Amino acid sequence: MSISSADAWVAATAALCGVACGVPGVYLVLRRMSLLGDAISHAVLPGLAAAFILTGTRGLFPMLAGAMITGIATAAISSFISRHSKVPEDASLGVVFSSLFALGVIMITLAARDVDLDANCVLYGNIEFTPLDTVRLAGLALPRSFVTLACFASLNIALVSVFYKELKLVAFDGALATAMGFSAGIIHYALLCVVAATTVASFEAVGSVLVVAMLAAPGTAATLLSDKLSRILWIAALLAIAAAVGGYALAVVFNTPVAAVISVVLGAQVALAVIFSPRDGLVIQLWRQTSLKLRIREEDLLGRLYRRQEGRTEIEPPALRGLISWLAFRRLRRKGLLDAPGTGLTPAGSRAGDRLIGSHRLWEIFLNQRLGLPPDHVHDPSERMEHFISPAMEQELRAEFDGLKDPQGREIPQPERDRPAS
Amino acid sequence: MSPISPITAPTDIAVEVHDVTVAYHRRPVLWDVDVLIPAGKLVAIVGPNGAGKSTLLKAILGLVPLASGKVEIFGRPLREERGLVGYVPQRESVDWDFPVSALDVVLMGRYGRLGWLRRPGPADKAAALKALDDVAMRPFADRQISQLSGGQQQRVFLARALAQDAMLYFMDEPFAGVDAATERAIIDVLRRLRQAGRTVVAVHHDLQTVPEYFDHVVMLNLRLVASGSTQEAFTHENLQKTYGGRLTLLDQAAEAVRRGGPL
Repeated sequence: MSISSADAWVAATAALCGVACGVPGVYLVLRRMSLLGDAISHAVLPGLAAAFILTGTRGLFPMLAGAMITGIATAAISSFISRHSKVPEDASLGVVFSSLFALGVIMITLAARDVDLDANCVLYGNIEFTPLDTVRLAGLALPRSFVTLACFASLNIALVSVFYKELKLVAFDGALATAMGFSAGIIHYALLCVVAATTVASFEAVGSVLVVAMLAAPGTAATLLSDKLSRILWIAALLAIAAAVGGYALAVVFNTPVAAVISVVLGAQVALAVIFSPRDGLVIQLWRQTSLKLRIREEDLLGRLYRRQEGRTEIEPPALRGLISWLAFRRLRRKGLLDAPGTGLTPAGSRAGDRLIGSHRLWEIFLNQRLGLPPDHVHDPSERMEHFISPAMEQELRAEFDGLKDPQGREIPQPERDRPAS
Repeated sequence: MSPISPITAPTDIAVEVHDVTVAYHRRPVLWDVDVLIPAGKLVAIVGPNGAGKSTLLKAILGLVPLASGKVEIFGRPLREERGLVGYVPQRESVDWDFPVSALDVVLMGRYGRLGWLRRPGPADKAAALKALDDVAMRPFADRQISQLSGGQQQRVFLARALAQDAMLYFMDEPFAGVDAATERAIIDVLRRLRQAGRTVVAVHHDLQTVPEYFDHVVMLNLRLVASGSTQEAFTHENLQKTYGGRLTLLDQAAEAVRRGGPL
């Protein structure tokens, strides 16, 4: 398959749409307002219809004006309803945007029956035909959608760069922003204006499904991949471009609708980000859980052997059932804590045991003396807690319960450094 | 810790709240409150839950509309004196998963003096780092804020207030849910602010520490119960008036206003 210039135009247009929507979309995600983007992108329809009815043209500027007015109206009406009634914000938003969208459909069919303003086109777009509708610019025939979206992508990047500080402050702490004189309300509605206008500019090219996906998905994935706002904005833009180009290529190969495939790719990006997020992705969580489990098993083995060594022969030697136990045993041996037959501890093993069992018994004393738990209640909680007592906590406990024996009357093992030389 | 540069307040009265009434959904939550807050003092606002303490702060800061009355900061309307005012909202009021570092949050304290469009420069960064130093949080400057403990988050908020270098601070429950070390760090900073001539007005919940921490107290329960030096106003009698049950008649009146008619 060769790449034609038409293919390149379609992919580039989709990528520009991604940048134009994805960058402001980050702020919607951060402010937990992604659904407002979805709502606005539908609710602008009556604004478009009204602009068309009033001006009789489908020119970009009347459309943008209509969209911005209805976009802001959506947010304002739904917050008015929820503020002045018992209707929750999400419910009022759901009602307002679906009613407005339906109203738009009616207005279009009534007033523009025989004109080419198609509700279906709004939903699904027709990005495949992008190269057919061109405008002449500086002697070049460029696809109209490409030019429009290039303008919006640049405009949105410029706005986000120029007002970076203000947007960040309002998104993080609106009350402080307002107290400082940056009105959170004005910035909020300005952001919604940008979203409404971008949505309309993107509709014709890509349809509202992809617009909604581009507003929500890149920002969502990017916030999972980084915890620095400036980097998140870059990552969102790059993910949107990658999804546009990759999605278009897949759509060509499988001969399926472009906007739909790109939306699916965007969803897949978010899924991958959920799995591989470096801070709290599923993979890293699993890894953390497994290493914790391994450490606890290791320490439990150590504790058992230590107690046997103390002469408590009623304790069974540890049975190595399961992979984790086997790995724990291997690690103890590799650290040089086990003797050759693997049934006792080396001097280094005993020292490690001193710390562990020391923490365990100190915690038993703590539970017994400070929390008033009876002696037969303190072993099990200490068995769990011994793995989490930091050296600092251990020191504090030692200072507090110096010279005491545990509730069963056993000595608290002293760490090596405190032992008198013998 | 470097000293906070001393400032002399322009007037003896930092805040004048004159006959202020605030209503949510028409229901009044503050009734005709008159308060004078002296400059250069640590001032506690105390009262039971739902007494309108946070609302009073927000009303002074212009964050909620006044149904009636007026507020003056150093003798002038707030909008002319915003630069003199610092604000520490309740810790739960912001999203601590937000992708910024502790230093970023403290730098936000400088935004007000920068105004629109200007970006923080090296001097602002230095001021922010110094503020982090003042609350012993410098080592955590680059830490993402969700990785901080509750007490550390509160200290970052306090550092942001310091970076604002305001003359008058409003703090909404700065001591809520913090560990003992953070509480000491906060009161230490408050005292240094007072020493430098600044005024701090804090919503406070722990009645036991009021006489130790604060010079002046505003006792609130939908209406002003008492306001004055801690010694004079923080009395058993006033505490009983503030906490000893709500005035049922006032509640009924508020409900009637909300409904637009008698019950």
